[in-house]
Amino acid sequence: MDLSHTSPAPTAPPPTPPDSDPSAVKGRAVHPGDKIFRGLSRGSGITLLVIMAAIAAFLTYRASIALSANSANFLTAFEWNPQGDPPAFGIGILAFGTAVSSVIAMVIAVPVAVGIALFISHYAPRRIAAPLAYVIDLLAAVPSIIYGLWGALFLVPYLDGLTRWLDRFLGWTTLFEMSNPGSPARSIFTVGILLAIMILPIITNVCREVFLQAPKMYEEAALALGATRWEVIRMSVLPFGRSGIISASMLGLGRALGETMAVATVLSPGSVFTWHLLDPGSGTFAQNIAAKFNEADEFGRDALIASGLVLFVITLLVNGAARYIIARRKEYSGADA
Amino acid sequence: MSPGPAAPTPRAPAHAPSRTHPEKATDTMAKRIDVSGLTAFYGGHRAIDDISMSVEPRSVTAFIGPSGCGKSTLLRTLNRMHEVTPGGRVEGKVMLDHEDLYGTSVDPVAVRRTIGMVFQRPNPFPTMSIYDNVAAGLRLNGDFRKKELDGIVEKSLKGANLWNEVKDRLGKPGSGLSGGQQQRLCIARAIAVQPQVLLMDEPCSALDPISTLAIEDLIGELKSRFTIVIVTHNMQQAARVSDRTAFFNLSAVGRPGKLIEIDDTERIFSNPSVQATEDYISGRFG
Repeated sequence: MDLSHTSPAPTAPPPTPPDSDPSAVKGRAVHPGDKIFRGLSRGSGITLLVIMAAIAAFLTYRASIALSANSANFLTAFEWNPQGDPPAFGIGILAFGTAVSSVIAMVIAVPVAVGIALFISHYAPRRIAAPLAYVIDLLAAVPSIIYGLWGALFLVPYLDGLTRWLDRFLGWTTLFEMSNPGSPARSIFTVGILLAIMILPIITNVCREVFLQAPKMYEEAALALGATRWEVIRMSVLPFGRSGIISASMLGLGRALGETMAVATVLSPGSVFTWHLLDPGSGTFAQNIAAKFNEADEFGRDALIASGLVLFVITLLVNGAARYIIARRKEYSGADA
Repeated sequence: MSPGPAAPTPRAPAHAPSRTHPEKATDTMAKRIDVSGLTAFYGGHRAIDDISMSVEPRSVTAFIGPSGCGKSTLLRTLNRMHEVTPGGRVEGKVMLDHEDLYGTSVDPVAVRRTIGMVFQRPNPFPTMSIYDNVAAGLRLNGDFRKKELDGIVEKSLKGANLWNEVKDRLGKPGSGLSGGQQQRLCIARAIAVQPQVLLMDEPCSALDPISTLAIEDLIGELKSRFTIVIVTHNMQQAARVSDRTAFFNLSAVGRPGKLIEIDDTERIFSNPSVQATEDYISGRFG
């Protein structure tokens, strides 16, 4: 790259008569460096769009092959039998399992993550806050198969007491009723707890960053009015961080929806639908694909790809919703202050 | 800041009477401040050293002095905001009438409800409406009926000379106001809780001259009801608004700030008793 042409322009003495030294002010309107960099950045942007389009096209094409031969309603059927004659498969169980496990994960993880983030940013002394933040970062770096092994070998047996308790006191809700109390808790409920632990770090980290950026001037304003520490946080930190909490939660939700290995390791899948969250069974989109892909034939894979397309669309919608919520709150976000 | 045992004493007189007789209470609220032997630290650094002075009730006292002389630090010790800064620590006594603000049974949160503060940069809560900003301090104090709250908000905004400009848009965010209006909103927010003292930390330094004039006029009106302490870099402003002026100086950068003298403003600006004061106000500083 020939940079020598670009250097005279910025360093040239400004007020030279046009005829004395034309090279000082005249030059190429477009410098090669600019051109190359613009091409590179534009190319990167286009590549990204092309990849996204290619993924969508691939999923749609393969899915359409499977869907055109499907005899059941793909969106509502609670069976998965692409080998049948005629093939009949639907995402009912998967949608239910994915939604329920993600909801359980969010209900547990979001309040805890916000609490940890506030502790690190506003309560803990600095010598505790820094190591704690570091440990949370480490938690995010653990591979998901490790979480899966831990979930299957540690969490499942140790949740036995909790599941029995839930069955006894909340069994009347049907959701927490166990058909077979004492059986290993390889259920969608356990998956939810495991997912909560897995999405905790990302939600915590984003929230912590946002809380730390809350302007000190508003915290001082609240303090000077005689606010206690909690009131300071409620008046000046949480409102400022609200959109951050939402986007952090959505990021966590995105991970929970798509998590594969950990779920596949813990869950013992069942092809029969059950409302009982503590019973083994059910499944999620990603877990179902991972569990069935290897033994599926060509058509079976297309059917799995069709379910993958649904997951793809759901993830897009979740991100879109997060952005919409953040954009809508702009006037009150404090970003302009 | 460690929330110590709740001390009802400084808080109760501020609000118990104001709930029932707001008008009557305002006449008796302003209190006098006596500072004795006050030293403030940032970690190991001594920011101000052994300061003793008095602030008269229902008057304006101005703190002037070069940057780093500790006048803002002293101001922040008066409502226990200094200790919020990491490493912030105070030795000595600050008496509000007959009560030591640094006494062991005093709750710093209660102190700050009694002594209001206005900051250099206007800082209305950006997520709150104009109305909610003024009501913010009251809501911290507990239950007010809507009607009661409406009355106090209107009275406070009138007291801050802002009512006519915002009465039609009380539900709009406070961040939509101009800088000068935002600062008056902050003053309304501070006086809404009927404090006994109002501390102002360079309240006009981020404002244009017209907004500055509006705030200075307001200070002149508020001093009939409150004890006001104002830190300012603007000596004309100190001369215009204050009754008493305290001059602070430091012997060198990094050395603690000291009180050089405090006297009637007229005397400080015409015939100060210390040479350093005269040098500073006449621009022969250093």
